[in-house]
Amino acid sequence: MLRRLDSPGRSAPDPARGTPAAPYAPSRRALLRGGAGLAAGAAATAALTGCGTTIAQGFTGGEPPADRLNFWNPFTGGDGERMVAMQELYEKDHPDSTLRATTFVWGNPYYTKLSLATIGKRPPHVAIAHLSKLPVLAQAGLLSELPADALAKQGMTPEKFDAKPWRKSHVDDRLYGIPIDTHPFALYFRTDVAEKAGLLDGGELVDIDGPDKFADALRAAKEVTGVWGGSVASIKDTATQFRMFLSFYSQLGGRPLVGDGGATVTADLDAAEEALAYIQRLGKEKLIPTGANGQAAITLLTTGEAGFLMDGVWQIVAVLDSGAKFDMRPLPRIFDDAPYACFADSHALVLPRQPKQDDDRLDLSLEFTASLLENSELWAEGGHVPAWLPTQRSAAYQELTPQSHYTAAAEGAVYDPVAWYGGAGSNLQNRVGDAVSAALAGRSTPRAAADRVRAVLHKLADVESPI
Amino acid sequence: MASTVGTGALTPDRSRAREARGRLAGPALVAPFALFYIVFLLGPLIYTFVAGFFNGSLLRDGFGSWVGFSNYADVLNDSEFWRTLKHTLWFTVLTTIPLVLLALGLAILADRFVRGRWFIRFAFFAPYVIPSASVSLIFMWGVLADQTGLAQDWLKALGVNSPPSWLGDPNWAMWSLAGVTVWWTIGFNFVLYLAGLQEIPRDVHEAAAMDGAGPWQRIRHVVIPMLGRTTTLVTVLQIVASLKVFDQIYMMTAGGPDGSTRPTLQYIVDTGFTDGRTGYASVVSLFLFLVILLISLVWFFLVRRAEKES
Repeated sequence: MLRRLDSPGRSAPDPARGTPAAPYAPSRRALLRGGAGLAAGAAATAALTGCGTTIAQGFTGGEPPADRLNFWNPFTGGDGERMVAMQELYEKDHPDSTLRATTFVWGNPYYTKLSLATIGKRPPHVAIAHLSKLPVLAQAGLLSELPADALAKQGMTPEKFDAKPWRKSHVDDRLYGIPIDTHPFALYFRTDVAEKAGLLDGGELVDIDGPDKFADALRAAKEVTGVWGGSVASIKDTATQFRMFLSFYSQLGGRPLVGDGGATVTADLDAAEEALAYIQRLGKEKLIPTGANGQAAITLLTTGEAGFLMDGVWQIVAVLDSGAKFDMRPLPRIFDDAPYACFADSHALVLPRQPKQDDDRLDLSLEFTASLLENSELWAEGGHVPAWLPTQRSAAYQELTPQSHYTAAAEGAVYDPVAWYGGAGSNLQNRVGDAVSAALAGRSTPRAAADRVRAVLHKLADVESPI
Repeated sequence: MASTVGTGALTPDRSRAREARGRLAGPALVAPFALFYIVFLLGPLIYTFVAGFFNGSLLRDGFGSWVGFSNYADVLNDSEFWRTLKHTLWFTVLTTIPLVLLALGLAILADRFVRGRWFIRFAFFAPYVIPSASVSLIFMWGVLADQTGLAQDWLKALGVNSPPSWLGDPNWAMWSLAGVTVWWTIGFNFVLYLAGLQEIPRDVHEAAAMDGAGPWQRIRHVVIPMLGRTTTLVTVLQIVASLKVFDQIYMMTAGGPDGSTRPTLQYIVDTGFTDGRTGYASVVSLFLFLVILLISLVWFFLVRRAEKES
């Protein structure tokens, strides 16, 4: 019947009357029958795949079933695989659970969806948020405050968390997130290249702190590789450029880039210029490539065309998979005008504000959260420094290499400045990263790039906050 | 629906009722479409217009505070708005010209095939049915990728030592995106032209040939003028489609590098959904709407005048 609907206009003999019929056109009854058939088909499919309630929920806006746990995260690649493994451990321990995990594209797209879903009264029950984003989400009223007693019921008490991310999970002394890690910007190096370059001393990398010492180390590595000393993602990756800049800028004691939740610009122009000049120097002296994207930067290290790589610790899986001999350490202290600093962020589990508060669902959500923390050794294998101290202090994590070699970097963690346009993958990262990229590539002088950083910050700060 | 038989036998009352029903038939048939038009086109347009007078936020209920024309003034003074509009227009120029001329040329060539024309038609149309996400992935990770992409490999084989980063270099990114779009969407215009070519009667060709016109002259003086209406249609559809570009750019460069490929539509999405500034984004989208409307009207006006003159 449906096939006949597809080919209207074709003459078909009408067997009932035995006379040649008019050119075939679907009759009202046939259409109704077709429609009913389609509806029945859709219903059958829905029943078979078990998503009938989800579809109904989408149309009617009703609540999901009481035992349903919707979880949203922005994890793809190695992180995604590990998160799936941790979810499976939770499901194994809780055979009755109906966890539905959904993954979105990292950065602005993820946070836009999370905000819109919460405003539209269809939030997930548990979601991942970066701590750099948490203050803004909380101020916008998108997150539920986490009650201490409900947390304690699941064994989550303050002293079991790394102090820095735990503090950062609070807004106005109220807890809005449960941190699971700290993930700093760090330094990868090939042990074979470092060995040949004479940069190893008893298996440990020699002192490479300071602007000249680090440049010299890169130069020594370049002589071994014959191509590059180190590498960093410089094109199509504004976030990495921003991370490198914020690390060096903070080591110079630079003030936060913006203040008052993003309303005023407080950037230290001289410090910005000095940091940008150093970044440009590495490019000008041909120690690092100025035209490598994220994947290329990693490939240069894994194929031995670069001895060092500046990147986030979460890339560890990609480097491990390549089978290259490498080790890691915190990003060098290039400038010592201030305590050690490097860019870092943290993932936290948050509970988006629900249209209806429900204690059972709160317990269910926190039980899931506690399970992820308990299994965060798996998460740590993916490069992240665990925020859950039982995991961070466990013998298993201490023996994990190279992951345990940069744990100290978490203490120097500098988070993004708090601004409604800031945080992971935000406009602030993108715009400032563009300016840094221009300086690295030599398209603008350090002074011009610093001026541009200030100009873009002013432009962002001048816009009235939508919160 | 209007009845033509048996009216003489009807009482005046029934006849009047029938007439009334006949008068209602047209509007009733149009009603479903009109309803959609009002609910999904006019309604949002009016809403957008009104929202532009308020400082609306996605994170707050309602329109927000009244700001009068200040959003309009801000958008007109916003260098980023003009920059994205420039990108949009540049993309339109870079894609519309090849998409009309190449499609015409290829259709004329393909029309000469007697056997296997279906294959050529299929070959050119095939990319058009690929979703934009797949097209973006093919080019991002396959053809235009840095270090590993085919386009760089070919250039290296030709002796170019350091081929450009197609999507990472601000000087090349827009050209790359335009190239991808031409490859991907040319099939649609090609098919429209092929249909137009088949409408040209054989006798016109024969008459021209008898008058001594060679193949090139026949194309110039017979085929191209007779495809005038098709060209008008193809060009207008193409201009409007190119001015509304969003998905392939969003997926392949996200407007970068350094904002050099960000079209106005992405600026609307960024300000409206990412930044949550609904009032401001409403004004930007109204301006884009006006630009598209204006360009389409000017084009139609020019074409109509040209048609009258000829």
